[in-house]
Amino acid sequence: MNDMTPTREQREAALEGMGCKRKRVEDIRFTQGKGNYVDDVKLPGMLHGDFVRSPHPHARVQKIDDSEALKVPGVLAVITAETLKTVNLAWMPTLAGDVQMVLADGKVLFQNQEVAFVVATDRYAADDGINKVIVEYEPLPPLVDPFKSMDKDAPVLREDLVGKMSGAHGPRKHDNHIFEWTVGDKELTDAAFNKAEVTIKEMISYHRTHPSPLETCQCVCSFDKIKGELTIYGTFQAPHVIRTVVALIAKLPEQKIHVIAPDIGGGFGNKVGAYPGYICAAVASIVTGKPVKWVEDRIENLTATSFARDYHMTTEIAATKDGKVTGLRVHVLADHGAFDACADPSKWPAGFFNIVTGSYDFPTAHLAVDGVYTNKAPGGVAYRCSFRVTEAAYCIERGMDILAQKLKMDPAELRLKNFIKPEQFPYHSALGWEYDSGDYHTAMRKMMETTGYAALRKEQEEKRAAFKRGETREIMGLGVSFFTEIVGAGPSKNCDILGIAMFDSCEIRMHPTGAGIARMGTKSQGQGHETTWAQIIATEIGIPADNIMVEEGNTDTAPYGLGTYGSRSTPVAGAAIAMAARKIKAKAQMIAAYKLEVHEDDLEFDIDGFRVKGLPEKFMSMKDICWAAYNSVPPGMEPGLEAVSYYDPPNMTYPFGAYLCVMDIDVDTGVYKVRRFYALDDCGTRINPMIIEGQVHGGLTEAFAIAMGQEIRYDDVGNVVTGSFMDFFMPTAVETPHWETDFTVTPSPHHPIGAKGVGESPNVGGVPAFSNAVNDAFSFLGSTHIQMPHDFWRNWKAAKELGAVA
Amino acid sequence: MIPGPFSYHRPASVADAVKLLSDLGEDARPLAGGHSLVPMMKLRLATPAHLIDLHGIAALKGISRNGNNLVIGAMTTQHELLASDDVAKSMPILHEAALLIADPQVRYRGTIGGNVANGDPGNDMPALMMTLGATYRLEGASGARDVPAADFYQGAYFTALEPGEILTSVSVPVPAAGHGYAYEKLKRKVGDYATAAAAVVLTMSGGKVATCTIGLTNVHETPLLAADAAKAVIGTGLDAATLKKAAAAAEAIMAPAADARGPVEYRKHVGGIMVTRALQRAASRAK
Amino acid sequence: MTKTHVTMKVNGAEVEGLVEPRTLLVHFIRENLQMTGTHIGCETTHCGACTVDIDGMSVKSCTMFAVQAQGSDITTVEGMANADGTLSALQEGFRMMHGLQCGFCTPGMIMRAHRLLQENPSPSEQEIRMGISGNICRCTGYQNIVKAIQYASAKINGVEFREAAE
Repeated sequence: MNDMTPTREQREAALEGMGCKRKRVEDIRFTQGKGNYVDDVKLPGMLHGDFVRSPHPHARVQKIDDSEALKVPGVLAVITAETLKTVNLAWMPTLAGDVQMVLADGKVLFQNQEVAFVVATDRYAADDGINKVIVEYEPLPPLVDPFKSMDKDAPVLREDLVGKMSGAHGPRKHDNHIFEWTVGDKELTDAAFNKAEVTIKEMISYHRTHPSPLETCQCVCSFDKIKGELTIYGTFQAPHVIRTVVALIAKLPEQKIHVIAPDIGGGFGNKVGAYPGYICAAVASIVTGKPVKWVEDRIENLTATSFARDYHMTTEIAATKDGKVTGLRVHVLADHGAFDACADPSKWPAGFFNIVTGSYDFPTAHLAVDGVYTNKAPGGVAYRCSFRVTEAAYCIERGMDILAQKLKMDPAELRLKNFIKPEQFPYHSALGWEYDSGDYHTAMRKMMETTGYAALRKEQEEKRAAFKRGETREIMGLGVSFFTEIVGAGPSKNCDILGIAMFDSCEIRMHPTGAGIARMGTKSQGQGHETTWAQIIATEIGIPADNIMVEEGNTDTAPYGLGTYGSRSTPVAGAAIAMAARKIKAKAQMIAAYKLEVHEDDLEFDIDGFRVKGLPEKFMSMKDICWAAYNSVPPGMEPGLEAVSYYDPPNMTYPFGAYLCVMDIDVDTGVYKVRRFYALDDCGTRINPMIIEGQVHGGLTEAFAIAMGQEIRYDDVGNVVTGSFMDFFMPTAVETPHWETDFTVTPSPHHPIGAKGVGESPNVGGVPAFSNAVNDAFSFLGSTHIQMPHDFWRNWKAAKELGAVA
Repeated sequence: MIPGPFSYHRPASVADAVKLLSDLGEDARPLAGGHSLVPMMKLRLATPAHLIDLHGIAALKGISRNGNNLVIGAMTTQHELLASDDVAKSMPILHEAALLIADPQVRYRGTIGGNVANGDPGNDMPALMMTLGATYRLEGASGARDVPAADFYQGAYFTALEPGEILTSVSVPVPAAGHGYAYEKLKRKVGDYATAAAAVVLTMSGGKVATCTIGLTNVHETPLLAADAAKAVIGTGLDAATLKKAAAAAEAIMAPAADARGPVEYRKHVGGIMVTRALQRAASRAK
Repeated sequence: MTKTHVTMKVNGAEVEGLVEPRTLLVHFIRENLQMTGTHIGCETTHCGACTVDIDGMSVKSCTMFAVQAQGSDITTVEGMANADGTLSALQEGFRMMHGLQCGFCTPGMIMRAHRLLQENPSPSEQEIRMGISGNICRCTGYQNIVKAIQYASAKINGVEFREAAE
């Protein structure tokens, strides 16, 4: 070896494989304004569509008069439910087994519901047109409070369902009832409560909020009448699912539908579902023969497409008096709005809410969820979390704090006492999940040591005494949260969307010069897949990540996949990538053996090529193997070096983490200050620590916003009052706290590279940490539970009700 | 969210602007920074047929001295106020308050004239101008007149501006040397209007408050001067009982709307707290 | 609709176009000039995704009419790279410090940070946070954007960039 021969370290570094802080490929274009988002797509002759929306939350539509609108220069057509009926598209199926009006059909059921679609030559003319469509309404009594949905005299919202006493998820108890979903052993759980030494019961609400990515939902639909082909550019987190849905509902041959998701400006669950805008733009393109663009504005985004949460969780925990939990009983009232448009796997009407036993060894549990209709926007998407997991984590993490308070135990100690122990994994939970791996005690203790938890508790005690002596008006709270996520949907045995198993996929093609292209069924919305997917391949096959181009989002070229949401990309597609890479590697090994004239078994993989065991100088690099794959493969072998993998995961993955929020609250104004926030995440094997840290920062910021004020709120008569960024709390750099991140590594035993997924953990674990901090701050004044969001006035209200403010 | 159609006018002088306004009547609106008007137009809650852009009028720009007054042209931006050494030295409360308006981009375009003239109770400058005893120059077809800020506001979006008049400048008496000042604004986030805010300008003599003026933002359909509250602190050393009395006197004249910032009771309560804190901070700065 | 002829300088080049008076500047830039780096996020002047630099000011181009920009000198994100086509210090800072994820707020952020550093070449963390408070980012939590701007500040000032200890 001469001086120029790279060392092992240099060869490894040159790959930029797993574990390195590789700088992002995407940033070159994004920092120069050269991203390609949907609204950047401009096709020849393209028209624009815009919606007439209902000002009423509940009304009968008596008449739609489009005559004046059609006189507006540039306006070409006004599409209504009557138009859509001619192509049988006035209603569309939802992912949750319900149906949803595309345009108001006789009635409107929420404020800002889509009533008519105006198509014009440009967005200015379309806006002029919608202001000229005259709609006559007969207002009906609105149903806003989900707790009144099943009252005897409640107004019936869904006239299409009257008399249908069974829905997609079983029997319905009332015209406004959607489903009841129960899990667990009721008898055993009731028995645990009957003999419990200590119990707690609290109605814990998780308010309605919205994912609100900075880019709204949008699409361009272009129908080619000659070829009978429909091309849709759209903000789709799951482009293949959209293609199949379009094929099924528009009765178009699936091979003639081309769905392209270009760069996406954030998703957070908002861009999973199918919205009326997509259907209307497609129909408008079919009707006019021209491409039609639909771009949602921010008010429409906040008020019409896909809210999140709105779960009202009556939570009971049974325990011994020394703090061992013996049972969990939860009833959820789920407000789904006017249509059940939850984006959950089909068999899961409440998503994976049955992870609600959390990180604790509950011997028994029972869960019941009732979904109801109200006059609010449809949705129920997973806003930066796996399906309903944030709600579950909030429920149990508040519950554990309330129990700790009742037992006069430290909340961290109570958790340590009840954690599932490392030796119990794989662990079967009382509500039916098999947790793959975890070491909760280590994570919790690391959090407590790093933050100086004991000293913070001591300081809190001193501050409380000072407050009682009247020396300060500030109270201090410590918010402990220990969450277990359930991500990576999912195994075909229990997860599908409209009958399609929730696998994911990867196709890798290596080119002769040692470069290649890899395509997946996932779709990045900022997660950096173009960077990290190449890192997995680099480590697996020994080709530098820079030489691998990653492409997603074009259904014509990408293998079928279920898309990116629910932190499923790394657990499912990440596994498919590793498996496809291993197929490449296996073939490469055969080629190398042939070229090096040894038996395959005599070769070992060494960073970036194959080496003959015991003969270090006999080596063939992957780059050379790529070349050989195209000219001198072993006799009988097909040339080329390509592989496809469709990965059906054997189980979910279960990331976890220990968070601590230190908060100070001024009782006189309710103004809070997050003094410190520490987040320890265990997401198994870490592919790119820089990106993981970025994901954690972002998720914590969203959790902060949600817990401290981000709310979609309706007034008593069904008007949505938080329809812009003025009132929908969207923190800036000034309000956003500083984040401290940390980690432990407990690989997933069933995942090819041991990775678990991380993007959503900080939202799942963050919300309870903030809320527990507020509740912990007030607890010494006698409160047990204060509902979110904890904005300034509500904090003041809590202080006042507790007698801390005159 | 697209504005309705309108005709655009860009006069080069106040006279031309006034003529356009009087000729075009109710269908015309003057345009300054646009941060209130343009979003309203996008929502089609405002549909003026004519927009009269005041950016072309050089005479409406700049900060100058007129005796003991600072005269600020209506089209002077918040950013320019923040960049002015004269403002920072002689009228630091104006600097402090301007920094709490909206965000950096809005401050580059947002003008003092727009802020004081449109009558939005959420704007910060009106209460401050009342506190400082400022006078507005209004120019119309029949000439110019000066109206004290304290007499200008009549209701939410209703002011002393007559149809066809434009607010062209603000004249602010420079407060006494050694005065104490504070603008306390409680808001949910950058870019929000005040949940409640209080402006205080005072002088101290021998540890006691000699003079004091208090203005209140966004706790009523108009900005307010809290005269009783100010009176309550004169001659005191701002002891706890006095502060409590002043806050109560200020709260007594507040009538905020309940909104997403909080219920009426809360907004009044924090209004009182803002008064207390502004008084304390102003006193600590007085020489 | 009567259209008005407008001329202005964008990224150093003279441009012109016919616009309605109500045409928003952001639409003129995106649709007429086909420079799509400038984005629209909220339409109510809150998010800053549409920020461009006009005559030395950071302006939200969704709240200004194109006719108002007559004769002005505008820089958009497309004009930010170095003359030789390499990334400018700010663009490099955003990449090196992972100051972006989905990239949608990034052009507005970079344009705002550009003006901030022109006015204050060595801002403190607090000054940076205040300075970008008219721009909303949904992905990063701002922490790495702050670092990106600190990186660019150090590079512009010719000093070594040291990340603050966590």
